Amino acid sequence: MTITRFGRRAAVAVVALVGTLGLAACGSDNNATPSSSASSSTTSSATAGGITCASGTLTLSGSTAQANAMSAWGKAYQTACPGATVNYGGGGSGAGVTQFTAGSVDFAGSDFALTADQKTAADARCGTGNTAVDLPMVAGPVAIGYNLPGVTGLQLSASTLAKIFSGKITKWDDAAIKAENTGLTLPSIGIQSFHRSDGSGTTYNFVNYLANDAKTDWTYGVNKNWPAPGGQGAKGSSAVAQGVKSTAGGIGYFELSYATQSSIPTAKVGNGQGAFVDATGPNTVAFLSKATVVGTNGDLALSFDYGNTDATAYPAALVTYEIVCAKGNKSAQLPLIKSFLTYTSSAAGQGILATNGYVSLPASILAQVSAAVATLS
Amino acid sequence: MQPGAISGSKDANKGRWLDVGFRRLSVGSAVLVLIILVAIALFLLQQALPAIHKDTANFLTEQQWRPDDTPAVFGIAALLYGTLVTAFLAMLMALPVAVGVALWLTQYGPRALARPLGYVVDLLAAVPSVVFGLWGLIYLVPKMIPLSAWLSTYFGWIPIFKSDAIFGKSIFTASVVLAIMVLPVIAAVTREVFLQVPRENQEAALALGSTRWEMIRLAVLPYGRSGLISAAVLGFGRALGETIAVALVLSANYTVSAHLLTPGGNTIAANIANTFGEAGSLGRGALIASGLVLFVITLAVNFGARAIVARRREFTAAT
Amino acid sequence: MTLTALDPDPLHLASKGRLPRWASPAIALACAVLLLLVFAITPADGRADYLVTLAVVFLVVQFAISYAVEGGRKARDRLAAAAAVTGLFLALLPLVAILGFTIVKGMKRFDVTFLTHSMRNVADSDPGGGAYHAIIGTLEQVGIASLFSVPLGLLVSIYLVEYGGGRRFARLVSTFVDVMTGLPSIIAGLFVLSFWGLVLHQGFSGFAGSLALTVIMLPVVVRTTEEMLRLVPPALREAAFALGVRKWRTVLSVVLPTALAGITTGVMLAVARVVGETAPVLLTVFGTSSINTNPFSGPQESLPLFVFSEAGLPNNTAVDRAWSGALTLIILVLLLTTAARLLTRRSAPRGR
Repeated sequence: MTITRFGRRAAVAVVALVGTLGLAACGSDNNATPSSSASSSTTSSATAGGITCASGTLTLSGSTAQANAMSAWGKAYQTACPGATVNYGGGGSGAGVTQFTAGSVDFAGSDFALTADQKTAADARCGTGNTAVDLPMVAGPVAIGYNLPGVTGLQLSASTLAKIFSGKITKWDDAAIKAENTGLTLPSIGIQSFHRSDGSGTTYNFVNYLANDAKTDWTYGVNKNWPAPGGQGAKGSSAVAQGVKSTAGGIGYFELSYATQSSIPTAKVGNGQGAFVDATGPNTVAFLSKATVVGTNGDLALSFDYGNTDATAYPAALVTYEIVCAKGNKSAQLPLIKSFLTYTSSAAGQGILATNGYVSLPASILAQVSAAVATLS
Repeated sequence: MQPGAISGSKDANKGRWLDVGFRRLSVGSAVLVLIILVAIALFLLQQALPAIHKDTANFLTEQQWRPDDTPAVFGIAALLYGTLVTAFLAMLMALPVAVGVALWLTQYGPRALARPLGYVVDLLAAVPSVVFGLWGLIYLVPKMIPLSAWLSTYFGWIPIFKSDAIFGKSIFTASVVLAIMVLPVIAAVTREVFLQVPRENQEAALALGSTRWEMIRLAVLPYGRSGLISAAVLGFGRALGETIAVALVLSANYTVSAHLLTPGGNTIAANIANTFGEAGSLGRGALIASGLVLFVITLAVNFGARAIVARRREFTAAT
Repeated sequence: MTLTALDPDPLHLASKGRLPRWASPAIALACAVLLLLVFAITPADGRADYLVTLAVVFLVVQFAISYAVEGGRKARDRLAAAAAVTGLFLALLPLVAILGFTIVKGMKRFDVTFLTHSMRNVADSDPGGGAYHAIIGTLEQVGIASLFSVPLGLLVSIYLVEYGGGRRFARLVSTFVDVMTGLPSIIAGLFVLSFWGLVLHQGFSGFAGSLALTVIMLPVVVRTTEEMLRLVPPALREAAFALGVRKWRTVLSVVLPTALAGITTGVMLAVARVVGETAPVLLTVFGTSSINTNPFSGPQESLPLFVFSEAGLPNNTAVDRAWSGALTLIILVLLLTTAARLLTRRSAPRGR
């Protein structure tokens, strides 16, 4: 008897639940904003003509460093092509490559070009005789943010940064920092350096800069996992930025957008020519324009020139790749992959990145990327 | 006991058939659970063993985590330490409070208040850990800085409270978040257990002139002991395995430090969540190996709890 | 129905006196005022510090007074009662703070747009957008997971309690279930990712998320329901057997209804646990910003995943969405819990 009573109530509850669901089924994918801001309206008018639409669902995954770019591109592309859906899962480059190899995503975003081992596995996914290639797509500066009450316009050389981030300099009024900032009054407070606790292309590119421009002071090698002792780890650039912002004496590295959006001042960074340079788009492009393609067989992996002779070159730069099958893409997905990548490598696609703290790839590299996208099959 | 034997009706055969069917169904479910777990265990071992094999450092004592370097160097010393210390501290804070809550809700509180509050506890047990993590990161971490500084200034002579740098993200903070998180879980189960204590026992104790506290000690606690231990193990297991909340409030590093307020610390689960996305194939194996260790710890805790419960039962049976 | 303590000493044979009824509140008030003075003249400050100190001082003072007037037994009784109340406050304060914080932060974006729109075509820095796609995803994933794990888990615990009876196999199963309880949730996700994705070659889907959630939910259901079934007095079963009722009927119509309230609490705890699980769905459902109502095909979003990913973004617009998502998650749990409560209200044969 108890059971029948229970059963009746259960039925009522189920009906109620289904009813709620049914009521809620008026959910909408349509997020068209009636009055969009000036920047995004120019964006859509600029891209409207540039996109040749394809329909379907793209499933992409990988680097968190390019997640903001993918989010902006996905929005612009879906607005122009209502029949398409772009899903980018920012699980990390490692996850992206693994999922690409397993065939569960259409292409992957990665902060590094494929290693030899990864390439063998990735080639196998594309089918016998086919290869997977690295296409540089998203570039930007890695900013050094700091939190020193009353201090702006900090300048730090690669060697000083190396000492700060490896715990050899522990006070803000250390002689080495004073020497590079003669006009500033530095407080005598401890340095709290923040780094990424998760593996990251941001770490890799920042450390790569230190290893190249401060060879004697940075002895920890180049690694996507933070290699030096000392400091505090935080997961994701947002947590690093949050740590710096909330800690007096804090310093950390992250993509420029995190500094802009959290209003964290960024340091001028010493480059190969001994000049101190701001983390801006043009300075980063000046640095990247001397990068050379070292990939072969259609692969466009880049190598940076840390000896860049341009005095305005900002050397802590970041380039992330899309890893995609040159040949052997799933035929049903090919038009969409090609159409989306054509858009992202177009002048219009690269153009909208500036508002997100990225920069356009230098024209010479972009031309090679566009050519590579056109031959995808 | 053969209940069916008494019934001599014609339905006896049908009844027996249903009886056997129901029994087989429940046994089958139990077997299915075994199969799932064995599959997971095999999968874990198959992923973990090659990674441990390639480790050039001692897997148990090394205080570094570089599985994707060549040669691979990784060890779980700091992870293991952080996992056990945070969970233990959390239980130290949460268990007495949770029992107090359960006692108040079942023994002391007026019914009109105890019922809605019991409901609130159940609800709080259901608050997702990601919410605790968000709250810990945005609200608690800044609040912990003055508290940590105070503890460090006045109790710094005790090694565990000594700290050179103060930044809210410490093992202590993680323990507090875990304690707050497991508290309603333990309290909800314990409350349910205390409610099941036979009223006869309680009334008998009171009739003999016990104060209410003596009644609780004589009638409620002994009866609910095995349930209480289960609730504690449930809470401890949740504290050990909690991923997201801990990952948000720890400044991850790989150093074993007895100074609980110093920034840093890490746990096995938080490390998996933090580094899994960027881990290479060996890195994944290494993380799974650390997960396997977490598994073994939980196993040990459960066995310990079981042994205690079993001994109690024997003891009560003997007297 | 609270038990009222009988006066343990009706004839006042003990030489000790009794404190009047108003003693406890009076002592508390006196402590509060005195401590306020102490806080005013010493550098000690802070609301939380004050409350904690007050609790400790009150416990000690009341114990001392009661010990002097009423003797040790009464003093300990008062101490225990006061400690229980203190525990309640100590527990409720931070928890209510979390709820309040989430509600205040979450209300900012908790509107009709949030509940009825997805995140399609909403960039991280844009205002607007919603969690409709995530709510649908979570309901479907958790629903399917419950469909698997509740009957299965209940059957396992019935086996353990009613049939196992201390056999070696039952002990083995019980141990394994305990082990499974401690399975880090991210490993459950990893297992399903490997098994479902890499071995069976299925793509990301809501269903894969359900499988991972089932692995986490199953042992919780077994553990809690087992405990509740064990608390059903053996006399009930024996009475049923004595009336000639078959075992399966005894279990279904005597044991289960008796333990129903406890079982529901157990299931609620299990559902609540998986509703908020981020790690396993992160690896299996993939996440999307568009609505996908089909759990068997294509990436789906889930509410905790939505909260986690929006909270990780540097934009305030995204963090606001994360808080509203957290609020939605809590409300969802509240609705489920209330529904479960209503279901079991009168079916539990218990006094309280």
